[in-house]
Amino acid sequence: MAQTAQSAGTHTVTPGDPRPPADSDAAQGLDIKARTQSQLILRRFLRHKGAVAGMLLLGFVVVLSISSIGLGPIPGWWDKNYVNSADLVNRGRPTLSVVPEFLGGGGMHLGEHPFGQDNIGRDYFALTMRGTQISLLIAFITGVVATVTGTLIGAAAGFFRGRLESVLMRITDVMITIPTILFAAMVAVMWGNKGVAVLGLVLGLVTWTQVARLVRGEVLSIREKEFIEAARSVGTSAARIIVKHILPNVIGIIIVSVTLAISAAVLLESALSFLGMGVQPPDTSLGRIINEYRTAMVTRPWLFYWPGIFIIAIALSVNFIGDGLRDAFDPRQNRVRD
Amino acid sequence: MLVFIVRRLIVSVFVFFSATALVYVMAANLGDPLADLRELPANRRENAIAERTERMHLDKPVIVRYFLWLAGAFRWDLGTDRDGIQINATLEDALGATLQLVLGATILAIVLGVALGVISALRQYSSLDLTVTFSAFVFFSLPLFWVGSLLKEFAAIEFNNWLADPTIAWWVIALIALLIGGFFASLLVTDRRTRLIAFGGTTAATAVALAVMSATGWFANPGLGIGVIALTALAAALGFSVLFSALEWNPVMKSAVITAVIGILSSVAFRGVLENPYPIVVIGLLVLALAIAAGVGWFVGGELFRRPAITASLCTAVATAMVIFMDRLLWSFAAYSDSVNGRPIATIGPSTPNYDGTYWEHNLDSLTHLALPTMALVLVSLASYSRYSRATMLEVMNQDYVRTARAKGLPERAVILRHAFRNGLIPITTLVAYDIATVFGGAVVTETVFGWRAMGSLLLGGIQERDPNPIMAFFLISGGAVVVFNMIADIAYAYLDPRIRLS
Repeated sequence: MAQTAQSAGTHTVTPGDPRPPADSDAAQGLDIKARTQSQLILRRFLRHKGAVAGMLLLGFVVVLSISSIGLGPIPGWWDKNYVNSADLVNRGRPTLSVVPEFLGGGGMHLGEHPFGQDNIGRDYFALTMRGTQISLLIAFITGVVATVTGTLIGAAAGFFRGRLESVLMRITDVMITIPTILFAAMVAVMWGNKGVAVLGLVLGLVTWTQVARLVRGEVLSIREKEFIEAARSVGTSAARIIVKHILPNVIGIIIVSVTLAISAAVLLESALSFLGMGVQPPDTSLGRIINEYRTAMVTRPWLFYWPGIFIIAIALSVNFIGDGLRDAFDPRQNRVRD
Repeated sequence: MLVFIVRRLIVSVFVFFSATALVYVMAANLGDPLADLRELPANRRENAIAERTERMHLDKPVIVRYFLWLAGAFRWDLGTDRDGIQINATLEDALGATLQLVLGATILAIVLGVALGVISALRQYSSLDLTVTFSAFVFFSLPLFWVGSLLKEFAAIEFNNWLADPTIAWWVIALIALLIGGFFASLLVTDRRTRLIAFGGTTAATAVALAVMSATGWFANPGLGIGVIALTALAAALGFSVLFSALEWNPVMKSAVITAVIGILSSVAFRGVLENPYPIVVIGLLVLALAIAAGVGWFVGGELFRRPAITASLCTAVATAMVIFMDRLLWSFAAYSDSVNGRPIATIGPSTPNYDGTYWEHNLDSLTHLALPTMALVLVSLASYSRYSRATMLEVMNQDYVRTARAKGLPERAVILRHAFRNGLIPITTLVAYDIATVFGGAVVTETVFGWRAMGSLLLGGIQERDPNPIMAFFLISGGAVVVFNMIADIAYAYLDPRIRLS
């Protein structure tokens, strides 16, 4: 009797639990809490060290790039901008120093030009921050547009089957046939001069195919499950089945797709801009900066390193976040072997 | 199965035609292909514009131009670019260089990536696994053009400078030795003591080898010699017979060792033939080696061990042939290095223009030009393979049939190779098909960084000049490769995984 009374208040003990709780169990003395699905996911996500580190790194990059040179008309804390040139100090070498003096370094300080100056004396920190802002903006727009388009098309194809499915999937096949770099370069040449937001949008419209295939596969497997059949048998409408029963089950894969799409977009945009086909002047982006100064690699290597480091930081942190989200939503992938 | 293949083929052809139409219409609407001519002085402008309009059929609607191009493409006549140069000729030059790059990089990335992924899955949550997983994340996030430029600076220019006086500092030797020792030690699953011995042994051996190489100037004048060839061949024989059979003196190991000995002896016997051979002779020798290996496996293996014996012998023969080939290449390295002014690792183009040398020097020339672009492409695409194969391998190792295989007492080697690895490989076929498009895209960027005039410059030139024909030539090859690989992957998938219904 005592056992029943004790386990009645807990929710984690399932009927299939092989070990019935005994009085001597330490767990009996502990406070067993009921957790919702989203709380479980959040906990799993926060336990993923790489994902948390990625969140911190991405947050740092975003805050640094926006707060330093400001956003649009709002000024930031950094006193130089990316347009004006000044006299070259020490051939424009970076003045940033992170090694403290007691370790034989130059002390920890930013200096006049922490990332150095380019060949005409522009402050390279401000320029890199400007490029980071634009690259982040494009990557975010591209990632979201690609995911939304891909989800809509994949979900429609997976749920409705029949003619609609074959038409949508053939369209996807046609788009997969065209290498991303070719497709993206062409839309970037056609619409890239209309501003970075438009560039992000059109890049999203050519990179949704992976998401569509992923979502379709997931929806296909879910719509065969018994609970969908049950919903259908009591006369639930298609719209309600999609929103109430299918969407919550594919939301994990959609969120993971966003992160993958964003990190792919960072690299795609920078590659395009490097080839001279992405962001057009007067706007700049990290890839474009590298392209402009690629000949300076030997004489002014810092012009080459800083933008590259920021591209890697963004792509790497987003990838880690995506990995953490995948583990959080689908813990089966992460189980330990016995 | 046949119905499935035919239906798949028809769909693919249909999809590909739709894609060519889409690309052509977009390429024709990129902008004004006459922009540069409008800048000309008035007296030449009219003529030049009229001539190009005629050549590019700009007076006709886009749809008509597409069908004109399509009709030409059926006869494998890809038209001319806007200045009247035949695309076919440009494409033939470009294709060879790009295919070398793309195929080499893809194969290397698959082999290395799958191997790393499988190893890290088998040692899940070990330090090796964590290192591999983390590195995969970093490689996955690298911008290709950035890596390419870095390699150009450090792996080419600095390396060539270093080759002038190839001595290694003691701390570099120590670092490399520790890394290699750590890698080998982390492969073992034993107790701490054995692992420490393995670590110490490997580290010491590597350090001594590097120190000797550094002191004798081996890097400027490299070569392997009969001793290293023999050791490698025998080690390969041992390794492959363990892989395909077991660590015991059975017919499998016997036939592999016999094959290795034949290979070692023939490396001495054929020394004169291999001085400056025709390519066909080298291929002929390889075929001969494979035939001998298969024969040895057949006769030594006997009824019971025939299949594993033949496989092990063939693999041993290939490994031995590769070591002999490497040896000959390395012997020619000093002469080659002199002939290119002591800067062997090239940063520009797919080969030295008008190079004249022996068979080995020509091979070295292509290899030194391919090395850096391939390395850049492999680094970037390696990660997706290693992560993916780690995930599938982990999933497969948790399957019930793997537990059954263990339960019925199979050795772990057979469980992993026969039951887990084979099934784990199936999903990777799909990834290969997807990846071929990415690698083509990567090749465009890599070729730009390394100054190759190949498929990449065809595409980029076409886009910059608003000229559809070069773009279509690029698409015909890259899109064609995507379609073919996707089809092969689908068919292979259906063949490898009988659970897939073909209807």
